Amino acid sequence: MIDAARANLPVGNEAASWRDRHLLDVDQLDRTEAERCLDLAAELRALRERGERLDRLAGHIIGLAFAEPSTRTRVSFEIAATALGAQVVALPFEASSATKGESLVDTLLTMERTGVQTVVLRHSASGAPYLAARATGLRIVNAGDGTHAHPTQALLDALTLRDALGSLQGAVIAIVGDIGHSRVARSNMHLLVALGATVRLAGPPAWTRGFERWPGVEVHHELEPALSGADAVMALRVQLERQAGGGVPNLHEYTARWGLDESRMRLASEDAPLLHPGPTNEGVELTSELASGPRSLIGRQVANGVAVRMAVLSLLAP
Amino acid sequence: MSRFGSLADAPASFVLVGARLLDPSAGTDAVGDLAVVEGRLATLEQAGDDVPRVDASSLVAAPAFCDMHTHLREPGGEASETIESGTRAAAHGGYASVCAMPNTDPPLDEPARVAFVHSCAQDAAARVRVIAAATVGRAGERMAPLGELAELGVAGFSDDGAAIPSARMVRALLGYLAPLDLPLIEHAEEASLADGTVMRAGPTATRLGLAGWPPSAELTIVERDIAQAAETGARLHLTHLSTAAALDAVRRAKSAGVRVTCDVTPHHLALTDAWVAGERRFAWEDPDHDVSSPGVGLDPSLAFDGLCRVNPPLPARDDALALLAGVADGTVDAIATDHAPHPPERKAVEFGNAAPGMIGLETALSLGLSAMAAGRLDLAALMAALSSRPAALIGETRTLAAGELADLVVFDAMGRWRVAADALASRSANTPLLGMELPGVVKLTVASGRITYLHDLAPLS
Repeated sequence: MIDAARANLPVGNEAASWRDRHLLDVDQLDRTEAERCLDLAAELRALRERGERLDRLAGHIIGLAFAEPSTRTRVSFEIAATALGAQVVALPFEASSATKGESLVDTLLTMERTGVQTVVLRHSASGAPYLAARATGLRIVNAGDGTHAHPTQALLDALTLRDALGSLQGAVIAIVGDIGHSRVARSNMHLLVALGATVRLAGPPAWTRGFERWPGVEVHHELEPALSGADAVMALRVQLERQAGGGVPNLHEYTARWGLDESRMRLASEDAPLLHPGPTNEGVELTSELASGPRSLIGRQVANGVAVRMAVLSLLAP
Repeated sequence: MSRFGSLADAPASFVLVGARLLDPSAGTDAVGDLAVVEGRLATLEQAGDDVPRVDASSLVAAPAFCDMHTHLREPGGEASETIESGTRAAAHGGYASVCAMPNTDPPLDEPARVAFVHSCAQDAAARVRVIAAATVGRAGERMAPLGELAELGVAGFSDDGAAIPSARMVRALLGYLAPLDLPLIEHAEEASLADGTVMRAGPTATRLGLAGWPPSAELTIVERDIAQAAETGARLHLTHLSTAAALDAVRRAKSAGVRVTCDVTPHHLALTDAWVAGERRFAWEDPDHDVSSPGVGLDPSLAFDGLCRVNPPLPARDDALALLAGVADGTVDAIATDHAPHPPERKAVEFGNAAPGMIGLETALSLGLSAMAAGRLDLAALMAALSSRPAALIGETRTLAAGELADLVVFDAMGRWRVAADALASRSANTPLLGMELPGVVKLTVASGRITYLHDLAPLS
């Protein structure tokens, strides 16, 4: 065990700058706060790599409320909370809420009464964490809400990009795919722009419509100008069930026009890294060679996810 | 102190002294005295010395309001509202009559059900006119017994909650209704464009990751129905219009002589789609749609609040301002509330799962006066849109002239009140205006000559 001071963990009222002690989306963080979180994540990552254990959250009970299936984010939060010494309970969401007709608020209030202090919430409805924050006394960490936000994904992407590029100031990041249905893209837009980057969006018109007025963002309907000279490229998962909704005629056409492969990646700056929030549809939004090739930071993203979630849980802790 | 009365009470007699008397159908607006004797508007000479004199200086007296679009929820939704509570909300808001919409459970699609509402409403706090369902079960497949329902005195026909699903059925309905001279009241929304959406399409929906309702969902049905109204010569009334494009289509149709009328709700005049993200400024004071800046984020006490879910969704700011201009220039025939009560458990849920609708009877005047204070409306246009013009569309009159049974509202336009659950007569409190302080305090409502609401107005109190 090591103490908080040695690990440069937040003490006293520093966490008060994390407004209301929730993490609902990255838009609540100014640049200093976001960078503080990334710095702390990097420190915690180093500590973990040295095999050190932390007790920052000893005595805390963190509930994982995943009202939508997600193995990787849930496991990442579970490891992060456990590594900080917290007790982790999985809220039996599908069983307790959906089948019995219990509302989200009722379920969370019950958890609050049993002593859970922080809930990591994944929900299929955009805005559900805001409802949870409003209607309960719990500290809410948004682990992805509908098509709205996924703040810890954006933070781990920013950490991964910062490691690869040195700084995001002035960087050009291309995000390719179904932006409209992507909570990952939205949170990344907020955070990357706040950290000084320019974001280019590329994808079929139905999947990029409406983002033209987003500050710091450019929208392209062709892939080439979006990739040209980009410092990094992020591919999004094509939700296979969504292409029936009219976004693209078929997956083959998506891959032909917006799929990423090595030759297209050469339009970007030399050695431009590739990110993907996972899970990938290899052969659809990117080739398997790209996913496992030297540009790919997909494995780093997953590893950074634990560090970032440790940092978030530490910063939010009272 | 406040008290409610009912249509079953004895007729009232009083003289208002020194009120601002505003009669939109007569085009008059002057300070004076107004007598009501045995429930009827009377000359001052007819009011004897025993009739109480009420000091109404600094108050406005106008013909009472008429709501063309009210969900009273009875039968079937009594947890949210009843005919009694809903008409009290109407009286509190200054209304003498409301039109009960037919999407109850069961729907008001046959004479016995309409008669049930009529019988329940005999001692209500406002007259209840029924809008009957246009098709059996509101299913859009077979016409309801329109002629029989018309004989019961219904004010119109509507499958509100959804549009008539096919142009063919619209044509059949309008053709049958033309000689009855009753309107088809259309909820203009193309289902194939609107299904699955939860708020108005636009920058706020994009930012919030909420599925956006395109304005074309409304325009598509408006233009379809106007074409049928033009060919059949029947009356078409488009309710709760929410877009500038649809209003322009109505404006063009009116100038071409089509018998089309329309209403807008107070919330589509005053609120905007940005309210879903936590904005709480009215359309006319909202400088832009940016409700957050980096480092601040959305306010979880306001953002994604199910109280802001309504159908049609809260409009873009430009639309709200265009609708206000339509009220001011008369293109909009009526302000109708679409008063839609829901219990808390239908609202304190994820935004997209919240039941659409908000209450409106008790805040319509206040929102109108707020728009007036901002220079967007004048009082005469507001009063006409709340009283005489909707009344004319359902065959009622509104006047301050002697002789008629009095339908009267007296209010303090400068007085302010705070919207709170315990200040509302409705059984529900689902409005995002909760907690706001608004202008416009109703002091007296008279319906059919009976005092249905009275608030701090000596010596009547």
